[in-house]
Parts: sequence; structure tokens; C-alpha cells
Amino acid sequence: MHIVVCIKQVPDSAQIRVHPVTNTIMRQGVPTIINPYDLFALEEALRLKDKFGATVTVLTMGPPTAADSLRKTLTFGADRAVLLTDRYFAGSDTLATSYALSMALGKIAEEFGKPEIIFTGKQTIDGDTAQVGPGIAKRLGYNQLTYIARISEVDLDAATIRVERRAEGGVQDLVSSFPVLITMLEASNEMRRGTIENALGAARAEVVTWNAEAVGIEDLTKCGLRGSPTIVKKVFAPTARAEKAEIVEAEGGVDAKAAALVEAIFAKAPGIEGDLLELAGEHYV
Amino acid sequence: MGQFDKPFDAIVVGAGPSGNAAAYVMAREGLNVLQIERGEYSGSKNVQGAILYSDALEKIIPDFREEAPLERHVIEQRMWMMDDASHSGMHYRSNDFNEEKPNRYTILRAQFDKWFSSKVKEAGALVLYETTVTELVKDLSGKVIGVRTDRQGAPIMANVVILAEGVNGLVGQRSGLRPEVGADTVALAVKEMHFLPRETIEARFNLKGNEGVVIEAMGTITKGMTGTGFLYTNEESISVGIGCIVSDFATSGVTPNELLEAFKAHPSIKPLLEGSEVKEYAAHLIPEGGYKAIPQLTGAGWVVVGDAGQFVNAVHREGSNLAMTTGRVAAETVIALTRKREEMSAANLADYEKRLGETFVMKDLKKYKGIPELLHRKKGAFFGAYPQLVSQAMQTWFRVDGVDKVSKEKAIYSNFRKTRTLRGMMGDAFRLVMAWR
Amino acid sequence: MAEDKKPAPAAGGRAQTKKELPEHFKAYKHVWVAVEIEHGQVHPVSFELLGEGRKLADKRGVELAAVVMGDDRESLEAAARAAFEYGADCAYLACDPALKHYRNEAATRVLTDIVNTYKPEILLLGATNLGRDLAGSVATTLQTGLTADCTELAIDEEGSLAATRPTFGGSLLCTIFTLNFRPQMATVRPRVLAMPEREEGRQGRIVEVTPGLVEDDIVTKVLDFIADRDSDQAQLPYADIVVAGGLGLGSVENFQLVKDLAEVLGAEYGGSRPLVQKGWITSDRQIGQTGKTIRPKLYIAAGISGAIQHRVGVEGADVIVAINTDPDAPIFAFAHLGIVADAVTLLPALTAAFAARLRVNRLAS
Ligand SMILES: Cc1cc2nc3c(=O)[nH]c(=O)nc-3n(C[C@H](O)[C@H](O)[C@H](O)COP(=O)(O)OP(=O)(O)OC[C@H]3O[C@@H](n4cnc5c(N)ncnc54)[C@H](O)[C@@H]3O)c2cc1C
Ligand SMILES: Cc1cc2nc3c(=O)[nH]c(=O)nc-3n(C[C@H](O)[C@H](O)[C@H](O)COP(=O)(O)OP(=O)(O)OC[C@H]3O[C@@H](n4cnc5c(N)ncnc54)[C@H](O)[C@@H]3O)c2cc1C
Ligand SMILES: Nc1ncnc2c1ncn2[C@@H]1O[C@H](COP(=O)(O)O)[C@@H](O)[C@H]1O
Repeated sequence: MHIVVCIKQVPDSAQIRVHPVTNTIMRQGVPTIINPYDLFALEEALRLKDKFGATVTVLTMGPPTAADSLRKTLTFGADRAVLLTDRYFAGSDTLATSYALSMALGKIAEEFGKPEIIFTGKQTIDGDTAQVGPGIAKRLGYNQLTYIARISEVDLDAATIRVERRAEGGVQDLVSSFPVLITMLEASNEMRRGTIENALGAARAEVVTWNAEAVGIEDLTKCGLRGSPTIVKKVFAPTARAEKAEIVEAEGGVDAKAAALVEAIFAKAPGIEGDLLELAGEHYV
Repeated sequence: MGQFDKPFDAIVVGAGPSGNAAAYVMAREGLNVLQIERGEYSGSKNVQGAILYSDALEKIIPDFREEAPLERHVIEQRMWMMDDASHSGMHYRSNDFNEEKPNRYTILRAQFDKWFSSKVKEAGALVLYETTVTELVKDLSGKVIGVRTDRQGAPIMANVVILAEGVNGLVGQRSGLRPEVGADTVALAVKEMHFLPRETIEARFNLKGNEGVVIEAMGTITKGMTGTGFLYTNEESISVGIGCIVSDFATSGVTPNELLEAFKAHPSIKPLLEGSEVKEYAAHLIPEGGYKAIPQLTGAGWVVVGDAGQFVNAVHREGSNLAMTTGRVAAETVIALTRKREEMSAANLADYEKRLGETFVMKDLKKYKGIPELLHRKKGAFFGAYPQLVSQAMQTWFRVDGVDKVSKEKAIYSNFRKTRTLRGMMGDAFRLVMAWR
Repeated sequence: MAEDKKPAPAAGGRAQTKKELPEHFKAYKHVWVAVEIEHGQVHPVSFELLGEGRKLADKRGVELAAVVMGDDRESLEAAARAAFEYGADCAYLACDPALKHYRNEAATRVLTDIVNTYKPEILLLGATNLGRDLAGSVATTLQTGLTADCTELAIDEEGSLAATRPTFGGSLLCTIFTLNFRPQMATVRPRVLAMPEREEGRQGRIVEVTPGLVEDDIVTKVLDFIADRDSDQAQLPYADIVVAGGLGLGSVENFQLVKDLAEVLGAEYGGSRPLVQKGWITSDRQIGQTGKTIRPKLYIAAGISGAIQHRVGVEGADVIVAINTDPDAPIFAFAHLGIVADAVTLLPALTAAFAARLRVNRLAS
């Protein structure tokens, strides 16, 4: 079995700051991490590898520095890392990203065998769109299985896979056929550490690096900014609310404070008392 | 598992400045080097003020200025003696420091170390991150022949292990190579990074371009403990921190955090940080025992470099340059032995200490060998009474209030006498000078 | 999407920032909402989108249409009627046995076909698991732009859809356009938009479409559906009152105080993201940008600092009450009421105070 996991190197957004005066992003020293959601996908792929024996290829489109993140996936136990990098990809939106990645996946299929399963994360923490996975599936004609909480069965002979999918209002028990694209739900598993052999192998490994030409992209207008139908016209910081919170103060102990707060809440939201009686009423009959 | 059959020429434990210097120099000379770092990347666990002294790095990567992530080059040094409300001190600013190859830079360790580590990899060393060396593997004769890590799998073998693991030196300690570091020979420093727009920093410190300022401070800010405070300007941030000897913290009950908060609130410091956003907080140990605290540095199959060997000049706040220099010298020793196909025996590796003796590292540490002890013994005076007296004297002298200058002189003099410290101060000054020599 | 782009595009992309709508797109008109129906139930987010869609359609002087897809004619007609009452002028109704359960393949095919036939200029979907699954495939098939998780929709002077969404982990907002492609697609999360008034008896016309799906062509099969009512999934987004705790509570034991207050108020309870990471609460109870967006009448936050990612999830609340020991905590900048107090001692007192107050009211009535 050949499994490809798409990962993205993202800025650790917890550490991004907005310049208070100029409203620009202060990137100084902001570390990058592997998009946390992608690790659930990778771990799932490695579990399938443990169980059925598989080659796990990790793919990312990003700047040359994204090789660091790729190498890290090798320390977890992935077998091969592919970096798709080209200045023509700069400014790609999800449509252009899924185009470039699907071309790279075509090349991966050619060079290393067609993947039965492609994994992506549920979403990225910088883009947060959850669109790249579905975009790839559509372009490659893979069966799309999003928000997967669990892979319950794989039948290699029948080339089928059974999964639990988080749907609105419930869980779907689905069965589909290879090839499939799966986006894994968070908290479905926990990333392993990788052995010393994995770590040494990762340090030695060459990251396969391709540019647009290498993956057969001839029409560069489908890439990067030019290939992106969406246009970001404005980036701005959220406006602060004009008035600050009204601070409730009360003399005396905590009971006095609590009473004052209850009063203040009812004063601020006069309708709420009626609602409360309805919602909470049964506790007090 | 073929990779485990042939031992590495050298394993370097740690990817701080000392480990990176050692690994880089050996890899560049074609040795088969494995470096193991427990942090997520080189620099992720490291804390430093930080000032980079060009010379030590220049000896390893001569044209480092072209690509290393440097913040500002230092053109001004301020030495402040502080009491609770004021500071007096010395300023040295010179346009000479705007030279073509500046002598000192402020850096951010996380970025700098990462860059240095990339050079190590380019030079051909294998680098493992997020891997902690847990113990040294020894053969029956007690010679160190490899390391074990916290990852599952077989031990990794090498002809020599260079311990560049920093001040705690747990691997060396656990393996019985050297004693635990004493609480009175290490300082605990806490540091914050404060974000400020470039223009604000430049306006506030009277800088242009990439010029930078360094402030070193001592006095009542350490609440009677042995220690110093510092403030460095980076490109778009300010590093501010304070540190004291660990055993002092233990006896005083003051927490490092309280100390830093008080330092930042000091009327001389506060306006410099005004409007900034705190980005990160970190605490780290600094070995300050000096020459007398240096442990055994070599043995069969092992060498110690950097902070792990207590190579810090506390008086001049130099550490990373000693780290890089000891790393380089250790590497050169190992390279020479490897080329001659000689054993990494205790006797052969002792050559490292001989080579070190000829560098500024040992010469400087020897010169200041008495100072750590002196400052520690007389901490009440150096970090309490003296700064206060000096400050009072300054104020009396500069305040124009109708009192004639002779009376002012007398007041100052009697103030010194009242606290009976004039003689003590002269004595201490004398002792300090003697220790300095 | 497109978050990697800088606000000022590089030279190569400059041409596309101007609107030069190709001829074949000029026929694209009207605002559409793809109504989400699962198991006969319309997701409330569809009504929220219809409310917003109505405003956009009026601004453009065009019609608002709903697309309803499923296998049960009766529930589809009911959904269409509801859509009219929430502002739709028209409903495209696609009924096919293969649409019994939501499946990407079937739904993508049907929705893409309707779009290609009837040509909307704007197509809105809920940013639910279903909506995001469907929107990504449809946008890729149509090769058009899609802006996910919008917090604000508007029409600019040129008549284009201006879709605003958080970027960089929520610390910034950006406004995104799809100028030269049609339809302009966007998804919006439940509860980000206000629920519109329902106009009983409002009418519209139904346009039948024939999906013509063949079950055997659809690879993925639904073996079973385990509904959440059988489990205890939290229903945070639509709760009227929400009580939440943050790291300031100090321990999972203290989090019980939040549950106690919620119980007395008949409220749902939730928390900030670190609590999910610590395992104090399950991820369906996380409030904020990567959790649930809530819009209750009353939101009480105890020991939550009010990080931007949390803030964007609660700003729609009518009254936000913050309990925090730090008078400078960012939450006080957007809360309506605040109290500087230790939540661990205040919460029990507050629970008692509410209980007493409610008891008196009950006796009085
Ligand atoms: C607050 C502060 C300010 C300072 N300011 C300056 C200054 O301005 N200028 C200056 O020159 N010096 C300064 N120093 C001193 C300087 O930081 C140190 O001397 C220098 O970092 C020592 O380098 P090193 O490589 O020996 O150790 P470190 O930098 O501590 O590196 C040791 C490395 O080893 C790794 N490690 C440890 N144990 C293991 C293990 N078991 N397995 C794998 N990896 C391990 C660690 O993660 C770390 O990366 C300052 C220090 C502090 C704390
Ligand atoms: C990509 C990304 C997505 C994110 N998504 C979300 C999200 O969806 N939801 C979310 O919540 N966060 C999210 N976060 C995390 C967010 O940035 C904050 O880290 C988080 O909200 C902080 O949680 P907190 O307020 O509970 O903890 P803290 O920030 O640690 O705040 C604790 C607060 O409690 C106060 N306090 C302490 N003791 C007491 C006491 N005894 N009584 C009362 N108050 C006390 C403190 O003053 C402090 O203000 C996200 C982050 C990233 C990077
Ligand atoms: N540049 C990229 N390279 C590889 N995979 C990506 C890239 N961008 C997004 N993905 C994958 O697509 C998923 C969804 O991303 P997004 O649509 O940005 O939320 C991620 O979790 C990744 O698995």
C-alpha cells in the first residue's frame, strides 16, 4: 500500500503579534510548526503502515525551509519526504494550492506508485479553510472522506475502507473504495515519538525537491497569485469595542459580590430573568 | 542496521554555541560527526542576553557577518550603579564601533543558534533534534564508547563524546565524570523579550540603522544578592533580565520573577520599556564559579566544552565566546588525534587542556579567579550599601539648593563615615583591584 | 483562504485585482443559499444565511434563492416553505433517493449541475462539516474562488461580494474578493450571523430540478448513522445561556463549579481551548475560533483571559460577563459586565445567589 500525507508548515500562530501602531504582523522570531491537524493524519497513516505494511510519503508545498518540517515527519517514521517549492507558487489560494499539490501527487504516482490513500489534516491553523483536501480529491477523482474520527476497517483485497465520519448531528458509518482522500479529525490519535533508527534515518535522508516544471506544470497562470481566483484586498486588526466592561464592585465578602453581580446582570439584560425561570425552573418546584 | 556498525568519529551532546562550534569544525574537516540536541531545534532551549563577540566566531566562520542573523552592533555601553530611585554610572559610546567588522552584536539565540546549526549540517554532520542523551556507554575499562538516548533503539557508538550539554551537565554528572554544580557557583537569570517598533527603540536610545546599546546594572536592584541586571537593544525588541547566585535566592526568599518585575519598574528602566509587549519569558542558569569551579575536562573517550566546563567570565559577561572557543579547541584536538589515528585516551585528550591554556579562555579565567568569591562574600556591601552611598553623594553634589559646596563635601564625607563604610569601601576597592590583576 | 497573500499583490497579480468579468460570466445573477438538510432537519445556519443573503440580494437588486436537496419530497417542500419565510424568493428543489444521506459525491454533482444551469453570482453555504465538505468540492469543480468561515459579508461599490474572515490564527481580519470568477462562494459558521425574523406565510416559487443520480455510480455507501441525541454531545451554538471556564480555574476539580452554575441556570457549559488540551472538557465544548461560535443571551466566562481566538467565538452574545482576578485581562475590553474576583470562591456564591433569586421569583409567580 502507498499512502501520501499532505502536511503544511505554518507559523505558530499563538506567537504572532500585531504591531499596536502600524497594524502589521510582527513576524520576528515566530517559529514554524507542522500544522497540528496534519499530525493526526500522519499518525493514522503510520498506524496503517504498522498494521498492513505500507510506504508513507509525506508531501508539502512551501518555501525551502519547509524541508525542516518534512524531515521531522521522517523522525516519526514516514518513509519519504517530497517538497514542492517554486517561487511561482507564492500567494496561492486554496484552488491554486490544490492544483499544484495534485500535479505533485501525479508525479508521485508516476515515480513511486499510485497512492491508495491520501491523507490531509482537517484544516490548517493559518488558512483554516479545510478546502485543500476536498480540492485535491476532486482534481484527482479520489473518493472524499472528510472529518474522519476513526478508520474501522481496511480490506486490501477488496480495496475498501470503512470509516466513522463526524457529520452534523451524528456520526456516519461509511464504506468506500480506494483510492480515497481522508481528512482526519483532531484528537483521533496521538503522535508517536519515533525510534533512534527513525531519527538517524531522517537526519540522513534526502528530501525529494521538485519545482513547478518537475511536476509537469506547464501553465503557470494556474499557480500562485495568478492562479488564485480569490483576492485579499485588505488585512486589518479587529477594532476594539468602544466601551469597556462595566466593572461591578461591592463592599463586603464574596456573597455581597455575587449578589451585586446578579443584580447587575439582571439590570443589563432585563429579559433574562424570565428566560431563566423557564430554563432553570424545574430545579425549584 | 548497518549504520550502527561503524562508530562515529565523534558524538557531540548539545547544540548550543560550544557544541555547534565543535561539530562544525570537525565536520568541516571531514570527520564523521553525530550531534544530538534535546530541543526542538538548536536554540529552542537556549537563553542568553545576548551579546555575540565576533572574534570567537570569526575564528570558526570568518565571513559569518554575511549570513548570520544579527540584530544590532553595539556602539554604546552603559554601566549603571543603581539604588532604588536613581542610577549613576558610566557611558561609553564611540563612532569607532561603527566599523566595517563590528566587534559585538546583539543576537536572538533562537535564531542565531538555528543558523549556526544549519551550518553544522551543511558542513556534513548528522544532527538529531528532540533527542536527549540519557547516559554514556562505557566499555569494561571505563572508556566512554558511545551514548544512549531517550528514544527506543540501540546505543550509538563513537570514538569520542564531546559533552557540550550546558551548565547543568547532567549526562556527565550521571555518568560520574564530574560533581554536581554547586548552588553558590551558578547564577539564575531570568529574562524577558519586549517588543517595540524599531523606530521607538532608535528614538529612545538615540540610535540609527543597526546601532545598538547595552546596559549592565548592579546595585540594590538585586536586593543585597550577588548579581547583575541587563538591558540590550535588538532590532525590534529589547532583552531585559536580571540574575543572582542561586544560593542567594535560597537564603533571601526573593523569587527571580519578583526581582525582574522590580527591575523593570525601576524609574531608570521603566521609561525604556514603556509601551512594549512582552513576548517571552525565560529562566536559565549561568555558571559563575570561574576558574576555581572548572571540573575535570577530559578522560578516556570524553571531553567537556562550554558552560558544562564552567567556561564563563562572569565579570565581563562573556560566555558564548568561551563556549565557541572551547568547542573549537576540543574539535581541533580530536581532529589531530583522528588524523594521526591515535587513541582517544585520557592521556591523549589531555592535549585539549594544554591547547586551552594558550587561549584567552584560561588566561582570563585565571586572572579573575578571586572575584566571584569576593563579590559573594561582600555582597551586602557591593549590592547594597555602596550603590546607595554613591547615589546619595551624587544627589547631594548635583542638587543646587543654596548649600555651599564645602558643606556639601562635608555632608558626603560624614555620610560615608556615619555608615562606617568608607574604610570598608576603600578596602574592598583594593581587594577588587588585587583580584582583578 | 488566500491567507498567504499580502494585501498588496505582487506585480504579476496586479491585473486580477481589477474587475474584468469575462463575457460568459455576465449571465450569472442572484444570490443563493445551499440549504443544509440532514435527516429531514434544516440546519439553523441555513436560515441565518438566508437572512444575510436577503440583504445582499436587495443591495444587488436580485433574487434570493434556496437550494434544497434530499430524498424526501415532503421534508424538502417544508424546507422550501421555511426558506421562503426566511426571505427566499425561489427554491431549487432536487429530490432523489441517492440523496438520502449526505454524501459528497452525490451532493457535489447535483449542486454543480444546478449552478451551471441557473448561474448564481453568489453562493453561500454553512461552514459546518457538511457545508465545508461540499463547498470545497463544488468550488474546485467550478474552478472558482471560495472564502471560508466568513464573519461578515457585504457588497462593495462595484457590486462584488466582500467576504471578511479571520486570518493568522484570528489575530487579524482580511477582506477577500472573487472578482473575475462566478459564482462568488463563501461559507459562514453557525451563529456568526443573527437569526432573521421569520415572516409566516411568505411565498416563493419552486423550481424542480431532476438530479438523475444512479446509486450504483456512487462509490461511498452509508452503512449507518448514529445520531447525537443518543449521546451527550453539547449543543453550545444554540444555547441561550452559556457558562464557561478557563485556565484561571486552576484545576479540573474547580471546573465542577462552572458545571454547578450551569446546572442552576439551565445553561450549557463550555471552556477555552487549553481546557480541551488538558482533557478537562471534550472538544465539542470548546468555545472560540477553532471551537464553537456561540450567540447566547447571557455568557458568563470565569477565569478566561479573552484571547482573540476566544473572543471571536463569543462576540455575538447579548451580554458577556467576565470573572477574572486580573483587572487588565483582555476580556474586560469586550465584556459588558466584569468583576475582578477569584472565580473559585465567587462561582459557588454566584450559584447560590442565582438559586436564591430564582426561588423567590418562583414563589412570587
Ligand atoms: C541570561 C543570560 C545571559 C547571557 N548573556 C550572555 C552574553 O550576553 N554574551 C555571552 O557571550 N554569553 C552570555 N551568556 C552565557 C552563554 O549563554 C553561555 O555561556 C553559552 O550559551 C554556553 O554555550 P554552551 O553551548 O556551552 O551551552 P548551552 O548554550 O546551554 O547549550 C547546551 C545545549 O545542550 C543541550 N543539551 C543539554 N543536555 C542535553 C542532553 N542530555 N542531550 C541532548 N542535548 C542536551 C541543550 O538543549 C542546549 O541546546 C548568558 C547566559 C544567560 C543565562
Ligand atoms: C490557531 C489557534 C486557535 C485557537 N483557538 C482557540 C479557541 O477556539 N478557543 C479558545 O478559547 N482559545 C483558542 N486558542 C487559544 C487562545 O489563544 C488562548 O491561549 C486561550 O484562549 C487562553 O485560555 P484561557 O483564557 O483559559 O487561559 P489564560 O490565557 O491562561 O487565562 C487565564 C485567565 O484566568 C485569570 N485567572 C487566574 N486565576 C484566576 C482566578 N482564581 N479567578 C479568576 N480568574 C483567574 C487570569 O488572570 C487569566 O486572565 C487558539 C489559539 C491558536 C493559536
Ligand atoms: N501547502 C500545502 N502543502 C501540503 N498540504 C497542504 C498545504 N496546504 C494545505 N494542505 C493540506 O490541506 C489541509 C487543509 O488545509 P486548508 O484548506 O488550508 O485548511 C491541511 O491540513 C494539509 O493537510
